Amino acid sequence: MALERVEVRRAAPSVSGRRRLSHALTHAALIVAVFLVAVPLLFALVKATQPSDQVITPNLLPGGAFFTNLGRVWTEANLGRYMLNSLIVTVAVVVGKTILSVLAALAFVYFRFPLRSLTFALVLFTLMLPTELLIVALFDLVSTRLGWANSYLAIIVPFLASATGTFLFRQHFLNIPTSLADAARIDGCGPLLFLRHVLLPLSLNTIGALAVIQFVYVWDQYLWPLVIMQSDERQVVQVGLRKLIDVGGQTDWGAVMAGAIVTLLPPLLVFTVLQEQFSKGFALGQDK
Amino acid sequence: MTALPTAPTEAAPAARETTAAPAFRGRLLPWLFLAPTLLVLAVFLYLPAMQTLSLSTYRSNIVLGTRQFVGLSNFAELLSSPAYRQVAAQTLAFVALVVVLGLGLGLGLAWLASRPIRGGRIYRLLLIFPYALSPAVAGTLWLFLFNPEVGAVNQLLGSLFGVRPRWLDDPTLAFGLVTAAAVWKGLGYNVVFYLAALTNLPKEVLEAAEIDGANGWQSFWRVVVPLLSPMTFFLLFTNVVYALFDSFGLVDILTRGGPVEGQAGVTTFLVYQLYEDAFRNFRTGIAAAEAVLMLLLVGVITLLQFRFGSRRVHYGA
Repeated sequence: MALERVEVRRAAPSVSGRRRLSHALTHAALIVAVFLVAVPLLFALVKATQPSDQVITPNLLPGGAFFTNLGRVWTEANLGRYMLNSLIVTVAVVVGKTILSVLAALAFVYFRFPLRSLTFALVLFTLMLPTELLIVALFDLVSTRLGWANSYLAIIVPFLASATGTFLFRQHFLNIPTSLADAARIDGCGPLLFLRHVLLPLSLNTIGALAVIQFVYVWDQYLWPLVIMQSDERQVVQVGLRKLIDVGGQTDWGAVMAGAIVTLLPPLLVFTVLQEQFSKGFALGQDK
Repeated sequence: MTALPTAPTEAAPAARETTAAPAFRGRLLPWLFLAPTLLVLAVFLYLPAMQTLSLSTYRSNIVLGTRQFVGLSNFAELLSSPAYRQVAAQTLAFVALVVVLGLGLGLGLAWLASRPIRGGRIYRLLLIFPYALSPAVAGTLWLFLFNPEVGAVNQLLGSLFGVRPRWLDDPTLAFGLVTAAAVWKGLGYNVVFYLAALTNLPKEVLEAAEIDGANGWQSFWRVVVPLLSPMTFFLLFTNVVYALFDSFGLVDILTRGGPVEGQAGVTTFLVYQLYEDAFRNFRTGIAAAEAVLMLLLVGVITLLQFRFGSRRVHYGA
């Protein structure tokens, strides 16, 4: 007994000493990593605040010209319009995708109907068809045959269905006890009432996770809007950024950096606010 | 449809699938719920996919309005073209680099940030924010940072060593720059998913390793890395898809596919080539054939994911 105690006491300080050193090393490594990851953004932040004559100098002190710079791109380069367009499109697609995939998952989990497995396979299979690969035919369909080239429809409607969303909600519903649905049915509750009063309140994390993924995905889209959107009045902000850089021969870097900062804020905000839901919504744990 | 498909979820209990009675009855109702999703998928994914297949067998020119059936000769032309083969080879090199560097750095940083240290939450948030940045924003930031005259990197290099590399004109440097930017932009995503997997590791196994006298390095390589293999497998596929498709915005803003070396621009990757052929050169049939070849590639990748991804590569647990 006594011997054991002595040994424990002797071992303790060396372990905690080693631990303290390893914690210090971890902090050092993380600080370096965080700094390296943040450098491009920090640089953009500083340059976005400097007046025109300082932006192209090595000076790295923040200035007070952020709103002057932003003002230039916001009105003169149409950034305000682009931001509004991106917001309209992103919110429409996120809301639409959530509704459509919840309804589809409801059908797959709580109903038995002919060809159910095949239909589900057809939905999942679309994961193999990225829009980028279909742009030639999709362009022909949307612009020539549907005539949507100058409308929001062109960048909203093709993205309303979601295999990812349907799959995520289906997995989530399958883990909700069936007895809840049985009880709802016995109480005379239809599927839509059951959805509203039972399933949705139990799905907030999944909805949050999907909202983050879809918001970031839609807001950050580039190739399809670049190709299909001919009207500058309806263009999204990502393609707008490219136009900011192109203006004439001389790029107004302070203004461009202010524009880039503002462009990245909405997805960053959504991501930061919903980060907990994002992590929880994915069935990564055993205790799902 | 999204470039980020599904997380590696536990397979749904198979028994409930087949034997349990349906919760709700109705013949029309489930189809009514499915109709919007199926309609959008049919019109905007399946229909264009089939049309892409048929277009790939024609030589057509939108501008001239010509259209002629040529069978498989578009494919033959592509596969025998030195320029296209160069584009394919440099795409594979780019994808391999982005995946290896992205997963390696992502895992290392997630491991550091998951350790029980003070301020862990702040470190984590600061490491994952690039997830929310778009390829276009990333391209814009890097374009300024590496601008040969006014960029910060060359101002620093110039004052320290007296060199000012032409980052976007030199083939090797441009390729490296686009790769580094893509890894940087993808890092947040990898860290997020590795962090989630790390917090869900069975604590007992790690404690057992510590009691057995394993040091941090040993328990990382011998215990953590094998336990994370399902997540690594999932990230392998999402990163391949990311490098293949999401690189477009980055390339378009940073280099426009250039600079030319050999037969093609060194940062012209498969998607960029597809875009150029479809909307710059108006070679619709060729572009459709390129899309079909890439569809095959994605098909093989997705099948591999379903084949191996659902299998749990765990040891123990």
